[in-house]
Amino acid sequence: MTTASTEKKGRGSVFKEEFANPERRTAYYMVLPTLVIILVIAFFPILYSIILSVTDSTITGIGSFVGAENYIEMFQNPDFREGLVNTLIFTVVSVTLEFFIGLGIALAINRAFRGRGLVRAAVLVPWAFPTVISAVMWRLMFQDQIGIVNYVANAIGLISQPILSDRTLLLMAAILVDVWKTTPFMALLLLAGLQVIPGDVYEAARVDGANVMQRFFRITLPLLKPAILVAVLFRTLDSYRVYDLFWAMSNRELESLSTFVYKGVRITQLQFAQGNAAAVFIFVTAFLIALFFIKVLGMQTSTEE
Amino acid sequence: MAQATAKGGAGGRAVLNMVLFYTFIAIFVLVSILPLVWVFKMSIVTKSELFASPPTIIPQNLTPSSYQTIFSDPAFIKALRNSVIISGVTTIICLFFGSIAAYAIARLRFRFKSTVMTLILAISFFPAVAIIAPLFIQFSQVGLINTYWSVIVADVVFALPLTVWILVAFFKELPRDLEEAAKVDGATTIQAFRMVIVPLAAPGVFTTAILTFIFAWNEFLFANTFLFDESTQPVTVVIPNFATVYTVDYGAQAAAAVVVTIPLVILVLIFQRRIVSGLTAGAVKG
Repeated sequence: MTTASTEKKGRGSVFKEEFANPERRTAYYMVLPTLVIILVIAFFPILYSIILSVTDSTITGIGSFVGAENYIEMFQNPDFREGLVNTLIFTVVSVTLEFFIGLGIALAINRAFRGRGLVRAAVLVPWAFPTVISAVMWRLMFQDQIGIVNYVANAIGLISQPILSDRTLLLMAAILVDVWKTTPFMALLLLAGLQVIPGDVYEAARVDGANVMQRFFRITLPLLKPAILVAVLFRTLDSYRVYDLFWAMSNRELESLSTFVYKGVRITQLQFAQGNAAAVFIFVTAFLIALFFIKVLGMQTSTEE
Repeated sequence: MAQATAKGGAGGRAVLNMVLFYTFIAIFVLVSILPLVWVFKMSIVTKSELFASPPTIIPQNLTPSSYQTIFSDPAFIKALRNSVIISGVTTIICLFFGSIAAYAIARLRFRFKSTVMTLILAISFFPAVAIIAPLFIQFSQVGLINTYWSVIVADVVFALPLTVWILVAFFKELPRDLEEAAKVDGATTIQAFRMVIVPLAAPGVFTTAILTFIFAWNEFLFANTFLFDESTQPVTVVIPNFATVYTVDYGAQAAAAVVVTIPLVILVLIFQRRIVSGLTAGAVKG
């Protein structure tokens, strides 16, 4: 991203200079395998995906060029539109909830107290689960014959039909499971951000007569901003590609952008080209989301000190 | 507590704060672990109790039959084995390439470092689903479909950024003088890395290994795309299908979920401090 060659020099001579230094040469050799793996297995296929999406392609390979036809068909497909709407609702609602709950938890446990290790271990438990397995577990609890959540919600008059047979309730249930599973992760990232804010900043503000609210909005939030952006971007992109959770919790009924792609690739091969158009759509929009965080919100990407 | 009461008048408020704080913590911890406890309960009670309405809170009639069911199912055993193989090999490959790259990024000076780091980190933002079709086509052409390698290769790419990121943070914390002393004594960069850094970094590498293993153990999309039959499918693919295999045997489904998560829960309980430091290492220093 950064333009290393600010001096007016040819790219070639920069490389030559870099390689003339033995330490630097070794460094390049050391990062090369990782870079090659990533380029060959992730970046090259995305180009392939783009080609597949503008041709009359099938699972066996590339067909003839058809322009934007696959994209037009994709946008006309009600399944795709349903997936898009579900994905957007899921992402916005779950990340918002996770952020506010996570921030609350991080602020609360940002102090030394007895049993802190225990709390940390407990919050890591949901995080460590495979998403599909937590979906299976929650599905059992939402189930209408034996599910405790369904039983309680029914008993207090919250629902009138079984949760698993209603798409709206299913989406809400998926959001609930996601919040349960990933809020701890959000809280941990924010807590780590809180812990690097030096205590004397607060002390100085208190001496100057700042109250709790002022200290929070003028000190905590601005200083926590880098950690917030990283945590929220991570979670947003993660929710945006939701697949496992919908797949396992709804018995493949709840549509998301990713399940639409998957169906095209592995289930209804008639939709293969459309599925690829959706794959490219996800890639481009995810990239735009990341760009928005970096350029508009000012997220720092540099890892240099 | 003693401190709080010693303060006299302010003591009452401090105690109240304390009570509120621990109530909050208790609720938080309960919400986190209760679902697991409940599913565990579902896996150890008899069928009639499982279907009882209203449900029992404390398990009354215990039976190991759900566990007997899944452990006598060869498909489940096979899936556990497949999961261990796939995650284990992925972890080893990631640590090998990841530690070499991370060392260069953390300790050596070179010009395009931030470009390299950006490129590696870009993968964490990369929607894996966007490349399943091309990978499927390419893997079929080279005959990888339905083998462990199809999933391992794809998993490695998406786990590597995590591995590199955490290792860079750990490597940066190691004292520089030891390495320099080794170099003064005539060691090359590679020797300094192998003989000085690797042993010193062992705890960090171990933490990274745990996190990479969890990542691969939990992976679902690639496994569900590239693996067609139960001979190679990991638990993440096989267990959701139990909903159709053990249609009304909810106890068996619960038992399977418990068995798969127990190793993770144990890892997390033992290594929570390390895992947290590993997870947050890159994020804060950024």
